[in-house]
Amino acid sequence: MSVSDFLKNATSKWMRDDGPESDIVISTRIRVARNLAKYPFPLLATDSQAEAIIEDVQRAIQQPAFRKLGNFELLRCKNLTELERNVLVEKHLISPNLAEEVRHGAVVLRDDEAVSIMINEEDHIRLQCIVPGLEISSAWQLANQLDDALELTLNYAFDEKRGYLTACPTNVGTGIRASVMMHLPGLVITNQIHRILQAISQVGLVVRGIYGEGSEAVGNLFQISNQLTLGQSESEILGNLQVVAKQIIEHERQARRQLMRDNREQLEDRICRSFGILSYARRIDSKETMQRLSDVRLGIDLGIIKGVSSRILKELMVMTRPAFLQKYAGQELAPGERDWRRASIIRERLRMDDSQI
Amino acid sequence: MICQECKQRTATVHFTKIINGEKSEFHLCEHCAREKGDLMMGQTSGGFSLNNLLSGLLNFDPSGVPAPAQQMRCETCGMTYAQFSQVGRFGCADCYQSFSSRLDPLLRRIHGSTTHTGKVPERSGGIIKKRKELHELRQQLQQKVQLEQFEEAALLRDRIRALENEIEQG
Repeated sequence: MSVSDFLKNATSKWMRDDGPESDIVISTRIRVARNLAKYPFPLLATDSQAEAIIEDVQRAIQQPAFRKLGNFELLRCKNLTELERNVLVEKHLISPNLAEEVRHGAVVLRDDEAVSIMINEEDHIRLQCIVPGLEISSAWQLANQLDDALELTLNYAFDEKRGYLTACPTNVGTGIRASVMMHLPGLVITNQIHRILQAISQVGLVVRGIYGEGSEAVGNLFQISNQLTLGQSESEILGNLQVVAKQIIEHERQARRQLMRDNREQLEDRICRSFGILSYARRIDSKETMQRLSDVRLGIDLGIIKGVSSRILKELMVMTRPAFLQKYAGQELAPGERDWRRASIIRERLRMDDSQI
Repeated sequence: MICQECKQRTATVHFTKIINGEKSEFHLCEHCAREKGDLMMGQTSGGFSLNNLLSGLLNFDPSGVPAPAQQMRCETCGMTYAQFSQVGRFGCADCYQSFSSRLDPLLRRIHGSTTHTGKVPERSGGIIKKRKELHELRQQLQQKVQLEQFEEAALLRDRIRALENEIEQG
């Protein structure tokens, strides 16, 4: 299998497409937490209750109103191999927690992988929409439609005062967590990032690494999301995130302009060195990969590197993850072997663009 | 600022923990924060995970009086308040009702608010939606009266009456 064949199957549509502000915003994701009124939350649900929840959701997605919204398929975790579950995690379609929930977990996927509905994670239902670029309102519109379509047949646990009732009190109310994944090398290089991240935390937003809670921010990628879910309406929460994201984009663009004006030589050297390493290295670990890819993507955005697609960061950040490498190789790989394979897949991907020039 | 754990890398995770009124501050790099998080996850006392953090919040009582709440129990799923305050998660939707006397201060600490103002389910939330709309119409009516825009106020009054009737009839 060549990298281009692998790419067709490996990457979701949202990873291949570009959206508004996609020089800085990689993707927008909205997650909606819902529970069914008649069952205990997953923490206490019995085997048969967990099964009944999956069946209720399965019935709900077969309703005409839901099927109008796309082609969906329900997958049970127990029918997937560990490698397949890890691939879904690396594609951001399920959480690491659901991947471990082998007995009761299930996920509904839309064929373009822009929608996934996790079943029996921390809550009965966690509906998620991912779109490329900064598209908060269209991501919410889609999530809202899917939520309404599910609610036609499912009785949600809802309380007039508390809103949508969730397993954890940090999600109660709207149950929504909206996040934008941003590539902010300019702010990192110019040492402004900490000041900005600190300011973000003061307006009810939170910054995380790209694989969610507890994960590291590598490759200058930051995931900014709302922290509060109760007391603000959906439009207030999403509007707030939109305004802050726009401001960060502006600051990032300013930082990039400043770098090009004051430190162009240094910047070009750094970017081209990273490009050289990715083009010729024989072994590379995942952390260095992300750092170098970030440099290269910045180089593409600034016109310093030409002939390489700006999609490279999105594609390679998923394709060079451990489960993906093993899927591509068709076998289990020890960490040392992965570094070798990773370098080779990157070289091949870069050559792919080169040959198209 | 340098990470207080390894004393080498820059501290990027800043963190304040308050348990029983005692405040401690942490400044760690991502690497050490993660390691510390992993280490502390396994322990029963405090830690860096969200649920452990929550449990710190739940057990924090500003009055310092031991809470009788610990004995509260949800009749539906059997979860006790003590269990909830350990895991930081409810057992079922009814827990919100069962522990409601303790929830307002908790929700205020987490969200700065205790009351939902967002979306209401389309099908099952019909009556709630109408009551919300009624509330909004009454506010608008007050404004119109204050501005002496009586014609518009009269229209609003008629809509309010119609809505009140609908709600009464269920």
